[in-house]
Amino acid sequence: MEFAELIKTPRVDGVVLHRPFMPTVEGTLCLTGHHLILSSRQDNTEELWLLHANIDSIEKRFVGSLGTIIVKCKDLRVIQLDIPGMEECLNIASSIEALSTLDSVSLMYPFFYRPLFEVIEDGWQLFVPEEAFKDLESMTDEWRLSEVNKDFSVCPSYPSLLTVPKDIDDESLCKAASFRHGGRFPVLSYYHKKNGMVMMRAAQPLTGTNGRRCKEDEKLINATLCAGKRGYIIDTRTIAVAQQAKARGGGFEQEANYAQWRRIHKAIERSNVLQEGLIKLVEACNDQSHSMDRWLSKLEASNWQSNVKEILTTACLAAQCIDREGASVLVHGTEGTDSTLQVTSLAQIILDPACRTIRGFEALIEREWLQAGHPFQQRCAQSAYSNGKPRSEAPVFLLFLDCVWQILRQFPCSFQFNENFLIMLFEHAYASQFGTFLGNSVAERLKLLLSQKTVSLWSWVNRPQELERFLNPLYEPNNLVIWPSVAPQSLLLWEVPLQMHEMPKEHMDCEISMC
Amino acid sequence: MEHIRTPKVENVRMIVTPRKSTVGTLYLSSTHTIFVENSEALKETWVLHSLVYNVERLPANSSGSPLIIRCKNFHVYRLLILQEKDCLDVLACLTRLSRPERYGELFCFSFNPNLDKELREKAWGFIDLKAEFSRMGIPRNLWHVTAANHEYRLCDTYPSELFVPKSASPAVIVGSAKFRSRGRLPVLSYFHRDTGASICRSSQPLSGFSARSSDDEQMLQAIMKSNPVSEFMYVVDTRPKLNAMANRAAGKGYENEDHYTNIKLQFIGIENIHVMRNSQQKLIDVGELAAPSMSDFLWGLENSGWLKHIKAVLDAGVFIAKAVAEEGVSVLVHCSDGWDRTAQACSVASVLLDPYYRTIKGLMVLIEKDWVSFGHKFSHRYAHLDGDPKEVSPVMDQFLECVWQLMQQFPCAFEFNERFLIQLHTHIYSCQYGNFICNCQKERRDLRLKERTHSLWPHLWENRAEYTNPLYRTGHSQTRGVLKPLTTAYCFKFWKGMYSRAEKSVASYQSPADCLNAVREESQQLEEELSAHQERLAQLKERKTSGERKKSNKLSERVPRPIPIESELSSPLDYFTAPRSEKNTPSFTLPLQLAAPHKNGDPDDLSTCSDFESGVADLSSYSSSGGDDTKDPDSDEVVKANA
Repeated sequence: MEFAELIKTPRVDGVVLHRPFMPTVEGTLCLTGHHLILSSRQDNTEELWLLHANIDSIEKRFVGSLGTIIVKCKDLRVIQLDIPGMEECLNIASSIEALSTLDSVSLMYPFFYRPLFEVIEDGWQLFVPEEAFKDLESMTDEWRLSEVNKDFSVCPSYPSLLTVPKDIDDESLCKAASFRHGGRFPVLSYYHKKNGMVMMRAAQPLTGTNGRRCKEDEKLINATLCAGKRGYIIDTRTIAVAQQAKARGGGFEQEANYAQWRRIHKAIERSNVLQEGLIKLVEACNDQSHSMDRWLSKLEASNWQSNVKEILTTACLAAQCIDREGASVLVHGTEGTDSTLQVTSLAQIILDPACRTIRGFEALIEREWLQAGHPFQQRCAQSAYSNGKPRSEAPVFLLFLDCVWQILRQFPCSFQFNENFLIMLFEHAYASQFGTFLGNSVAERLKLLLSQKTVSLWSWVNRPQELERFLNPLYEPNNLVIWPSVAPQSLLLWEVPLQMHEMPKEHMDCEISMC
Repeated sequence: MEHIRTPKVENVRMIVTPRKSTVGTLYLSSTHTIFVENSEALKETWVLHSLVYNVERLPANSSGSPLIIRCKNFHVYRLLILQEKDCLDVLACLTRLSRPERYGELFCFSFNPNLDKELREKAWGFIDLKAEFSRMGIPRNLWHVTAANHEYRLCDTYPSELFVPKSASPAVIVGSAKFRSRGRLPVLSYFHRDTGASICRSSQPLSGFSARSSDDEQMLQAIMKSNPVSEFMYVVDTRPKLNAMANRAAGKGYENEDHYTNIKLQFIGIENIHVMRNSQQKLIDVGELAAPSMSDFLWGLENSGWLKHIKAVLDAGVFIAKAVAEEGVSVLVHCSDGWDRTAQACSVASVLLDPYYRTIKGLMVLIEKDWVSFGHKFSHRYAHLDGDPKEVSPVMDQFLECVWQLMQQFPCAFEFNERFLIQLHTHIYSCQYGNFICNCQKERRDLRLKERTHSLWPHLWENRAEYTNPLYRTGHSQTRGVLKPLTTAYCFKFWKGMYSRAEKSVASYQSPADCLNAVREESQQLEEELSAHQERLAQLKERKTSGERKKSNKLSERVPRPIPIESELSSPLDYFTAPRSEKNTPSFTLPLQLAAPHKNGDPDDLSTCSDFESGVADLSSYSSSGGDDTKDPDSDEVVKANA
């Protein structure tokens, strides 16, 4: 297919661009296969380059022959284009609509993007499981790297290499996998060097209504406990939801079969509910009525802040079990690809100072999100403004970043990166020139040949020129566990991704870096 | 001392959080309640009697009699006293001492910071309103000081010196005062040099349904004419229109646009003091909720209506500032009596208009001018004496909060920090200094406060390093000239530092501003050191050239930059709480208590409960000279007071 077929009018002059909190720009609008470009053609003014993939929805309006297109982006930016000429406007609108809803992954921009910089350090090779395992080996010999999922047949959403207890053979792993949703059997997520406790993650066990059990699964997780020690199973769902899951073949670990484990249920919402929350939140932010009561009740009704609080609380609980109670932890929800990963990754940020550096955070995202099989492509296909039928979109990753921001705000000196870094990750998860967030699992990424055909986000971010923007000038490395407050008055609304201000924080950063 | 039956109670438990407490001894002095911990550090907590808002005794239980002391600055102290009799004695004593009946009982009359008479007098001259009016650059040909209120003859709640239009004759001034509630005639509050427009203030006119006063009409005309380029002026009635209309039945009300030429009347809709009092109480209740869910919190915040009221006050300020700065039109502001909402609106507008009021000294001047001198009823509003509870209202709290909300939007625009506002708030209530005692200038003069009490301003000024915002930049594009804040609902935040004291002390382990201050101090120190070295180097070179060769190994000792936090940043909080929906489910699903053998690492072990504080303290010891400055400014204050 040629993109040219979809572009009815490639160029319009005299287009006026309106952006919130910024002066208007008049210039020439151009459509290419992947971008909407607006340029004033003057030397000193910036150009707007918007990826079609970033466009969530558009609205058209006409006043006489002047058309207006309001472009609503997946990264929650909203821009307005005034286009002279009704025909031009209609053509541009339909072209944008077609180009922003292309279904085929191989037509995405990352496959066409050629970097203008020299790739010194290839991000695709930066975080390989073997390296992470070497670190683990230096601390303990209780674990091994299993190739049981070499061809992704045991668990399609897991990577090919998995860290499992040394005493459990591949055959047992296969049996345990058949007892877990999507084959996601318990694997190591984090090893707490301080006391040797571990955090594992999995999907729900398939106990069903008649209480199936699986000896290998029990043996697998018991193998991670020291003699006489107990562990915690943190189920991210409420007991009611977990009960209901039984009817569909899922369920939770029965006390009787997992005597050494205590189960705790938390109430992290399922992903479709989170998506509704995002839509409501964005709508509340765009309400221009200026009424305080309406704002507060809409904010409350979106449940966004409640979700942040619940996710953060669950992560703190996991960290507390490991660090303070000296117990190992297994985390799971239903599929083990959403709330589970939010909890395991946030707990590591709380416990492990390494995760608060830029490299460490990248490694965490690689390990706990990309390789752990969070379905980025499905979750980020649409955002808050989409008119399309919701499929499996959800702001799971955005909520994770929001929680990280909350911790960063409470401990502004403990992170090597700043807010901009989190915003950048949010934007690239939804639309990017890099291949990092394409696909839903390691298996899919291999099939798409991403590492050969696209550039990794990390190859770009880790260049010194780019890194500068993301460094926190207040960073003072410390080796401590940081315990955030989860009281409602301590959790603020993360305003920057919601486009509520003209980034006042930037002033603060610039002031700080001047010192 | 006659009210103190039990000056000392031993084995009192102070409950910090539901899972943290300390045991110590409670002392009652004539001015303070003092709690001394039994620990080796003998940590002391001082609570000023005049800051106590109420004392509540809960039913005794097996462990003792609980007593809750709530303070006017939103600190809450929870005590557990072994003997019920002791508890009752403490309750009776505190109840009496926290409600003085005469001015003479107030702490400011016994507070003696060891200043001689001369210094004390000089201190009272620290803020000079005459100098302030001349700083404004008021054109002498248009405005002048009238002697009409000499000896408070015209209006006993106004200052004796009033700026009025030069064109207003004495008869007009007297006539206008007669037509205004309590004689509070329209006078100048702020003059904006850039446009020549001014902010004037008054009380409501005694217009009823039909009354008019040609003197008052001439007075407004004179004010309008004092701004030569303008053809009309605004009259901002800060009340909701309904309230203003209701006042007509009592012979008061608002200006009839048919009688006054060239005025535009604008209602803003700030609610009255009773609404505000109830609203703040609801907000305080939200801050006191034990482990609230996000919904509880947001619902409580909405239900209190507090942020809505803050927005109304800020909206009033924005309207006035816009009229003065953008339209160049003068504004007369009034409410009913012109000492609450009017003071709020005028002072918020001034902060927006004039960068001077965003400095430490400027804010003092502004408070002295718009609040103290213009007869804001401090003693009534902040319950300095035991009196009518209906007179109490958080008017000043709202002004300070408006400034805080602006600081959130313009982090580089203010010379002072949040701590400064909180300290001001405390002293408005504390009665430790004479500045805010009484309800007007005349009362203050009659009580000879300047001879008998001390002024707060020089004290704050001496400690200004503590109140300085390291991000303050006068030249910043956003903060020069007039501030134009957004007033969309979502711009207004819950003021955690003020209303959630307990949560704040647990959660703010690291403050960027404190870090920044420390780094600044450190780099200054390094620079000084550098120049000392350079000097030495130059000296050595000189010696070298003069043939002398002496070696010195002595390097000046530099304190290594300490790691900000040495111990744990905090203990984990209560993450074990079950999700709400599960309250009624069988207990096996609830988080299970872990078996006991974790005593050592128990995060709530009382012996380790101070570790979150060390994080904070270490931050301030970031600077090598900061070792002694780690005390809470509040407690610092009272310790001195007692010395």
